[in-house]
Amino acid sequence: MPWITACSTDDIETEDLMRFDHAGRSFAIYRSPDDEFFCTDGHCTHERVHLADGLVMDYVVECPKHNGQFDYRTGEAVRAPVCVNLATFQTRVEDGQVQIFIP
Amino acid sequence: MARTNRDYALLGRDARLAEEIGLVSAAWYHTEIPRKLMKDLMQRGDLPAIRDTIILFATMIGSAAAGIWLWPSWWSAPFWAIYGVLYASAMDSRWHECGHGTAFRTRWMNDALYQIACFCMLRNPVVWRWSHARHHTDTIIVGHDPEIIAMRPAVVARLILNFFGLFELWGNGKATLQLIFGHMPETTCSFVPASEQPKAFRIARIWGLIYLSTAALAVWLGSILPFMVIGMPILFGSWHMVMTGYMQHLGLAENVLDHRLNSRTVYINPVSRFIYWNMNYHVEHHMFPMVPYHALPRLHALIRHDLPPAHPSILSAYAEIIPTLARQFRNPDWFVKRQLPATAKPYRPEFHGDLEPGQPTPGIGGYPLPHAAE
Repeated sequence: MPWITACSTDDIETEDLMRFDHAGRSFAIYRSPDDEFFCTDGHCTHERVHLADGLVMDYVVECPKHNGQFDYRTGEAVRAPVCVNLATFQTRVEDGQVQIFIP
Repeated sequence: MARTNRDYALLGRDARLAEEIGLVSAAWYHTEIPRKLMKDLMQRGDLPAIRDTIILFATMIGSAAAGIWLWPSWWSAPFWAIYGVLYASAMDSRWHECGHGTAFRTRWMNDALYQIACFCMLRNPVVWRWSHARHHTDTIIVGHDPEIIAMRPAVVARLILNFFGLFELWGNGKATLQLIFGHMPETTCSFVPASEQPKAFRIARIWGLIYLSTAALAVWLGSILPFMVIGMPILFGSWHMVMTGYMQHLGLAENVLDHRLNSRTVYINPVSRFIYWNMNYHVEHHMFPMVPYHALPRLHALIRHDLPPAHPSILSAYAEIIPTLARQFRNPDWFVKRQLPATAKPYRPEFHGDLEPGQPTPGIGGYPLPHAAE
């Protein structure tokens, strides 16, 4: 059962993110301006800084340390100092719960 | 006089030791701020930086125009003095803030001002973006931070000559020439990824063409006037950048993981704050680098209970720095450990290894001074 319940939809404000740790891994779960949910790896690909303290602007998340930026919908690295894309994971909402698919 | 017992070279002995004891890419102390509040502080806007950029460029154009108009009379000197400080000091803070990507909300505005500021400062925009990222990862970690201004003990002549932009112009000029010819030193390669290097070469070559055109114009005019506008202001306008830059970390701790121990906040006058874009709130900036310059006074008010008291003036900061640098000639391990207010969380040994002034960094220091070993 790779779908894991991560949080309630109310746990994340619109245009924000939260940290979710599971089975020794850390993820970042986002709520977009359109109230869609997305999930990526929790740590920046530049250095091991968690994105949970970063700022979400539209569909971009900023690393709180160096402002490396990712499009959290695709994981694409869009601003140096990040050069490596972020892993993304499927999400779905079931009964007000955000679930992520961890292969 | 004691020479340094540290190895400041990137890739050197202390770089390896710092890595071994967990000082590299480490977790740093942060004052706790509720997420909602931090989000609010990090919010970007275009208006403050647009306002400041209009004032900056209007003053630069006005002062340069007056300087050119009055050239070669000495009456032009005050206008060059203003232009120089804006060109070589205000542009330093614009390079810095735009490098963080926090000056404007609109990305192209950040990038445009970043490129202009880099050109003025003769700092390659690729190299210096990565260098500054390392400065924030490993702030004043010996052997890892490429932006440590003064070794212990300090080279006094160099600290003084910096006020005249000599090393800034020479160092950055030399680096630009190397990049023009497609060479990036190994130490620089240690923090600039290979994929970014062609960009650095391309920009250096464009700058080379601009400087060549400036030189051609100077020859044609038979005057150094074109270089008064481009390049030479680094020599007569860097002093403000150096004066404020020295306050950031000099005399404070090395090899710690708490910005309250290695950075300094100083209250300064409004003109200097405009030139420096509020980087006098330096502990705050290092703790939370994604807070834009215009929100730093608000951040300071929120967390000052957890920080050493801010210095009330530039003079006060230098009254701390100069005797400390002098004492480091006798003991390079000496530094100022600023007292925290009763409301602050204490310095935590797990973050800075119980480091006390005059004591070597546990796990790194403790080796003999070079002259003692001879």
